[in-house]
Amino acid sequence: MEEALNLDMIGAGLIIIGAGFGLGKIGSAAMEGIARQPEAAGKIQTAMIIIAALLEGVAFAALFAV
Amino acid sequence: MQKKNVAKFLLACLLMFVSFNSQAFSVKEPQEGGDAKVNTEEEISEYIDHHLADSHYVNFFSDGETGAHYGFSLPVILWDNGLKVFSSGKFHHGEDLAVIDGQHYRLYHSKIYKTDAEGTITYGENGFPANERPLDFSITKNVLYMLVVSLLMLLVFGGLAKQYKNRSVPKGSGRVLEPLVLYVRDEIAKPNIGKNYRKYTGFLLTVFFFIWILNLLGMTPLGVNVTGNIAVTMALALITFFIVQFSGNKDYWKHIFWMPGVPWPMKIVLAPIEVLGMFTKPFALMIRLFANMTAGHVIIMTLLGLIVVFQNWIAGPAFFGFTIFISIIELLVAFLQAYIFTLLSALYIGMAVEEHDHHHPADNEDIPVL
Amino acid sequence: MEKLVNDFSFGLFFWQIIILVVLIILLKKFAWKPILDALNAREQGIQDALDAAENARKEMQNLQADNEKLLQEARLERDSMIKEARQIKDKMIAEAKEDAQREGEKMIQQAKATIQTEKNAALADIKNQVATLSVQIAEKVIREELSSKAKQEKLVEDMLDDVTLN
Repeated sequence: MEEALNLDMIGAGLIIIGAGFGLGKIGSAAMEGIARQPEAAGKIQTAMIIIAALLEGVAFAALFAV
Repeated sequence: MQKKNVAKFLLACLLMFVSFNSQAFSVKEPQEGGDAKVNTEEEISEYIDHHLADSHYVNFFSDGETGAHYGFSLPVILWDNGLKVFSSGKFHHGEDLAVIDGQHYRLYHSKIYKTDAEGTITYGENGFPANERPLDFSITKNVLYMLVVSLLMLLVFGGLAKQYKNRSVPKGSGRVLEPLVLYVRDEIAKPNIGKNYRKYTGFLLTVFFFIWILNLLGMTPLGVNVTGNIAVTMALALITFFIVQFSGNKDYWKHIFWMPGVPWPMKIVLAPIEVLGMFTKPFALMIRLFANMTAGHVIIMTLLGLIVVFQNWIAGPAFFGFTIFISIIELLVAFLQAYIFTLLSALYIGMAVEEHDHHHPADNEDIPVL
Repeated sequence: MEKLVNDFSFGLFFWQIIILVVLIILLKKFAWKPILDALNAREQGIQDALDAAENARKEMQNLQADNEKLLQEARLERDSMIKEARQIKDKMIAEAKEDAQREGEKMIQQAKATIQTEKNAALADIKNQVATLSVQIAEKVIREELSSKAKQEKLVEDMLDDVTLN
């Protein structure tokens, strides 16, 4: 029980690292995009939120599977 | 000047419900020799679990010292060889067994189990009670709040609808609601669904406001956690799933079972993936909303619990400040999750009703899977 | 995950489905349909008003253009009329001049002819008078010359002298 729990925790940590990395990439790309084309900020923001939500969904699904 | 006032008002509201939330703990402030209060990590953890779970009572707060609960009981409806209806007051907050038609029922961790006369709970291998559970159709706290929100929505939006009969521009609360309706229609339904958006706007608007209001209610000291319940989000996602499947046109099904524009071995490989995608989309919707709301509640309650755990002049204000900070973020998340759920529902519906061109450019398939 | 499955409440799920479906149907019928209809009607109204304004503006523009055109036409017409009038005037003047000249010439011609006739008549008259006078003078001279015998003879003599017999 104790051993399995630890592995679970490591898995959860890995998920968070991956998700954090992904979110960071999404955010940076979106910022770059907005900086390059400020007039498209609204569209970029929407797309960013959608992708972030998708990533979040996967991360949460994995977290709860753990 | 006005902006300042609004900010002041919002801050006051925030302080009010944060303090109310903390009140739930503060009534159990530990005293010398007191042992029936929530002041250890385990007790706080259990308290949070209890808050997250559905309940057969509406409890505003409980006095840990006297064991008194301030709230009211809700009806219990069981299907166990016939319909059984009684008040949850019979359980006395899990302290007593309810005996209905010679059958003993026990309320254990917010769930009803069938037990023997002593109320024995046997545990299975996975650490959960193995006792048989009757089908529980009780009007629980969550059901009650859903009903309240539904009624509120009917009243508010019905009222808004009535206003339009006499004038073309609403007044009062309609001034606030109309832009929200327009926002859902113009930012969520129209761009994602396309020309048939009108058919689905009703569903999207309902879901959006339903989730949003319930999320915001979760921020109040009423102890609501409806959207942070997997059964609720599953129902929401399931309705989206059925709407998507039933509105799918020929192109949609063709894209699932026989993907055009790829060589035939790929078609065979892609079909099961696409079928799986059909189910993972609503599954992700369900998990996302549930997990976000649960996580928000856990974070806020944990931070408040930390005040109780540390009990000193430095940690108290610090965690209080953290709680306010997280509460503000949660206010944003409450809207964001409602928006995301609605937006993705609209996106999936849009994918199902989309009229494809007969030639398939490569960028036609860049639709997210989840 | 196990906890999630264990926590899943079928009752709540059941109620949520019922409440949500009923809520969607009721709100669709009593709220969203009238609200969206009203919003659409309002937007349509605004659009129509804008279109009407645009149309009016265009019409105004057309009208203005028409006016401009009419004015231009009128101006052109006036110009052409003035030109025509000037031409007519010139023509009339020219004609009148010509007429006058012709008439004048004719009159001069007539006068000349008259003068000629008068002159001829006068000349003839003078000739007649001269002839008559000459005859009278000649008569008197002759009468004088031939009044004496000597003179008659002298004359004959002179004449005979002039005539040389060659």
